Amino acid sequence: MNFWRQPGFWPSFLLVFLSGIVVLVMRQDTLRETAFTVLMFIGLASSLNILMGYTGYVNFGHIVFFGLGGYFGFFLLSEMGWPVYLAALGGGVLSAIIAYIIGAAVLRLRGAYFALATIGVNEAARAFVSNFEPFGGSTGMYVNFSAYDRYGGAGQALWFTFILLWLVVLAVIVVSYLVKRSRFGLGLSAIREDEDTAMVMGVNAPLDKTKAFLISAFFPGLIGTLYFFKNGNVEPDDAFRFQMSLEILVMVMLGGKGLLLGPIVGAFAYERLRGYLLTSVIFKNLHLATSGLVLLLIVLFVPGGGVGWLRERFPKLRRWLE
Amino acid sequence: MILQVQEVSKRFGGLQALLDVNFELPEGQIMGLIGPNGAGKTTLFNVINGVYPPTQGQVIFRGEKITGLPSYEVARRGLARAHQVVRPLNDLTVRENVMVGACFGRERHSRSSAASLADQALAQVGLIDRADQFALSLNVAQKKRLEMARALAARPYLLLLDEVLAGLNPSEIAGMMETIRAIRDQGFTILMIEHIMQAVMSISDQIIVLDYGQLIAGGNPHEVANNPQVIEAYLGDPEMTARLLAD
Amino acid sequence: MIHVLPSIIDGLLIGFVYGVAAMGLTLIWGVMRVINLGHGATMALGMFCTYFLFSDLAVNPYLGLVAVVVLSLLFGFLIYGVALQRVIQSGYLSTLLATFAVNMIIIGIGTALFTTSPRNIDFSAGSITLGPVILQGTRLLAALAAVVITGGLYLFLYFTRPGKAIRAVSDNRAAAELMGIPSSHILALAFGLGTMLAAVAGGLTSTFFPFTILSGATYQLKSFVICVLGGLGNPLGALVGGLFLGALEGIVPTFMPVSWVPVVEFALFVLVLVVKPTGLLGAK
Repeated sequence: MNFWRQPGFWPSFLLVFLSGIVVLVMRQDTLRETAFTVLMFIGLASSLNILMGYTGYVNFGHIVFFGLGGYFGFFLLSEMGWPVYLAALGGGVLSAIIAYIIGAAVLRLRGAYFALATIGVNEAARAFVSNFEPFGGSTGMYVNFSAYDRYGGAGQALWFTFILLWLVVLAVIVVSYLVKRSRFGLGLSAIREDEDTAMVMGVNAPLDKTKAFLISAFFPGLIGTLYFFKNGNVEPDDAFRFQMSLEILVMVMLGGKGLLLGPIVGAFAYERLRGYLLTSVIFKNLHLATSGLVLLLIVLFVPGGGVGWLRERFPKLRRWLE
Repeated sequence: MILQVQEVSKRFGGLQALLDVNFELPEGQIMGLIGPNGAGKTTLFNVINGVYPPTQGQVIFRGEKITGLPSYEVARRGLARAHQVVRPLNDLTVRENVMVGACFGRERHSRSSAASLADQALAQVGLIDRADQFALSLNVAQKKRLEMARALAARPYLLLLDEVLAGLNPSEIAGMMETIRAIRDQGFTILMIEHIMQAVMSISDQIIVLDYGQLIAGGNPHEVANNPQVIEAYLGDPEMTARLLAD
Repeated sequence: MIHVLPSIIDGLLIGFVYGVAAMGLTLIWGVMRVINLGHGATMALGMFCTYFLFSDLAVNPYLGLVAVVVLSLLFGFLIYGVALQRVIQSGYLSTLLATFAVNMIIIGIGTALFTTSPRNIDFSAGSITLGPVILQGTRLLAALAAVVITGGLYLFLYFTRPGKAIRAVSDNRAAAELMGIPSSHILALAFGLGTMLAAVAGGLTSTFFPFTILSGATYQLKSFVICVLGGLGNPLGALVGGLFLGALEGIVPTFMPVSWVPVVEFALFVLVLVVKPTGLLGAK
C-alpha cells in the first residue's frame, strides 16, 4: 500500500523523525533524556490507541505489557547476556503472548466490564511480580554493568538505546497508520461502533480484537526493555506504575483517540504540562490532580481531543490531521 | 434450494419462540414472511443468520449446514441482512459503512475495490450524494437505505430484509419497492419480513405465515390471502383482514 | 478448622463494612449504568473526615459518621452535577473516564493536603469474649452500623417516594420519565447515596486499620470484586459478597503469605467476570 503518498501519514511521521534528528545532532545528554521520555510516551500512547481508539476497548492496564515485557527483556539482557535489541524483541514477544492469554479470557467482555477486568489484571500483575522470585521479588533486578560494555560503556549504550527507541516509535507510527488504513482497521472501527452488527456483516470480531490486542501489547514490551536497560534496573513499583497507565490514557484522550496524530500531540502536550507542574512551586504536588482535571475537561467539553477539535474547526486540514 | 429450514425450534427459558418451522426457498425468488407482531419472525431471522443457534433443527444454506455457526461465518458464506431497527456505524461515513459490507461479505474485497463497489451500491439505493457524510447525520429513511446498501455490497446469495419499509412514508415506500424489484432483477434471492401487506403481496413469489412461532401457511400470495387460518390469525386486526380480503 | 474461626468471624464482621461500600458502587451502576471509579477516593475521604473529627474535635467516630453522611451526600450531588450530568447520555466510556478523572483529582489534592503518612484512629471500644473467640468492639459496632444502614437503605428504597423513584429509573429510565419522574434529580440522588455509602464504609474502616489517601484504591478493588461476585446492580448481592470476601480474607492468610491476598482477590474477580459476568447471585 502506498502509505507514503498519503498526506495524513507525514505530519505524524515527521514529528517523530525530526525530533530524533534534532537530538542526535545536538548530542546533549539532558535533551536526550527528555526526548527519551517523550518518545517513550508517544510509543506507549500510540500502541494503546490501536486498541482504545481504533477498536474501542479501553485498557486501564496497558502498563502491564510495558512492565512484564520489560521485566522479561531485562532478564534476557542482564542474566542471559543477550544484546539489547534481541532482548527487546524478546520482551515484545512475551508481551504479545501474555496479551493472547489475557485476551482469551477478557476480550469476550464488552464495554465497561472489559475496562474493569483490565484494572484487575493490572493489580494482579503487580502483586504477582513483587512475589515472584526469579524477578527479584519486591526489590527487582539490577543490571550487570558488563551489559553496557558491549556498546562501548554506559555513555555509548545510552545513545544506542535512544536510537533504538526512536526507531521503535517510528515503527509504531507506521504500523498504526497501516492498520488504520487497512481492511483490518475498517473492521476494527466497525467493531468499535457496533460489535454485533459488525459480526453480522462478516467481521470476525473475536479474532480481530485479539490481533489488535496483540499488536498494542507488543510495542510496550519492546519499549519497556529499552527503558529499563537505560535506567540500569527494574523493580515492581517502577514497572507497574498504575499511574502511568492513567497518564498514557490521558495522553490519548488529550490528543484525540482514534487518530494517528492524537497520541503524539497528546504525549508532547502532556509531557510539557507534567514538566511545568513538577517545577512550578504551586503545582508541584498537584500534578496528578491537574491531569485529572485536564481529562475531565476533555471528556466533558472536547471529547475528540486537541487534534479532533482542530479537525472540526478546520475541515480543510483534515487530510493532514489524521 | 438456496435455503432449507428444517424443524427449527427456539426456546428462551420458558418462552417457546419458534416451534417446528419448516420451509424451503428456491434461488432467485422473493419470499415474504408475514405474521402478527410477536410471531417470531425476527427470531427466525436471528436463527438463520447465526445470531443465536436454534434449540433444535437445522438450517441449510446452499447445501451446507450452517446451524450454530457464528454470524460472521454465515455472512462470509453469502448471507446478508438488513435489520428492522437500523444499526448504522455512526462514526463512519456512509461510504465506509457500505465498505464494511463489501470487505467482509462473500467476496472479501480489499479496501480500495470495496470503495468503488460501495459507490455502486449507494447509487443503487439513491444515497450516493451522501457518501462522505457521517452515518449519524442521516434520517430514518436514509438509514434504511444505508442498511440495504450495506447488505447489497456484500454481494450475498441470499438477502434477509427485516421490515425495511417500516417507518417510511408512501413515496419512500414506493422508492424502496422499486429498489427491491431492481435487486431481484439482478438475480438476488430475497427473504423479507414485512407488515405492509400491499407491498408484500405484490412483490413476493411465495409467502409463508408465522403465528406464535409456528408456520401456519405457505404458498403464493393469492392462496395465502384466502387461507382461513391466516385470516383468523389476523382477526385481531380488522383493518388488516379487510385489506387481505379485498385483494 | 477451629483455629481459623476467630479470623473468619473477624473477617465476616469486617465484611459487613465491605458490603456497605460495595452497595454504594452497585447502586450507582444499577441506577445509571455508571462505574464510579471515584469510589475508592470517596472512601478515603470518609476515612479522613472521621479521623479529623476524632483527632481535632474529639468527636466519637460513630457520632462523626452522621457528619460524614451529610457531607458525603452533598459531595455526591456536587460530583454528579459537575462531572457526570453532561455526559450521562454519552455512553459508558465518557462516564467511566469522567469518574476516573474525578478520582485522579481527589487523590491528587488529597495527597497534596494530607501527604501519604498513615493516619490512625486510636479508638478502642473494648471487646467481648465468646469462648475461643475475642470480638473487637470496633468490629461489632461497625457491623451493627452496617446493618442499620442497610436496613435504612432498604426502607428508603421501598417505602419512600424518592426511593421508589430510584427503583423505577433503575428498572426503566424512559418509562420513568414518561411517568413524570425527573430522572436527572433522581440520578443525582442515587449518585449522592452511592457516594454516601462509600464514605460511611470508609469511616467505619478507619476505626479498624490505619490508612492514607491511597488506601481507597485497595478498597475500591475489593468493592469491584464484591459487586461482580454478587452481581452488578444487586444490593443484596453486594452485602452477601462483602461477607464472603471478608471471610475469605480471614482464611487466606492462614495458609498463604498475606501479600498474595490481592492476587487471589483479583484472580477471583477476573474469573467471575469471565465465567459468569452476571455474578453468582445474578445482576440487574
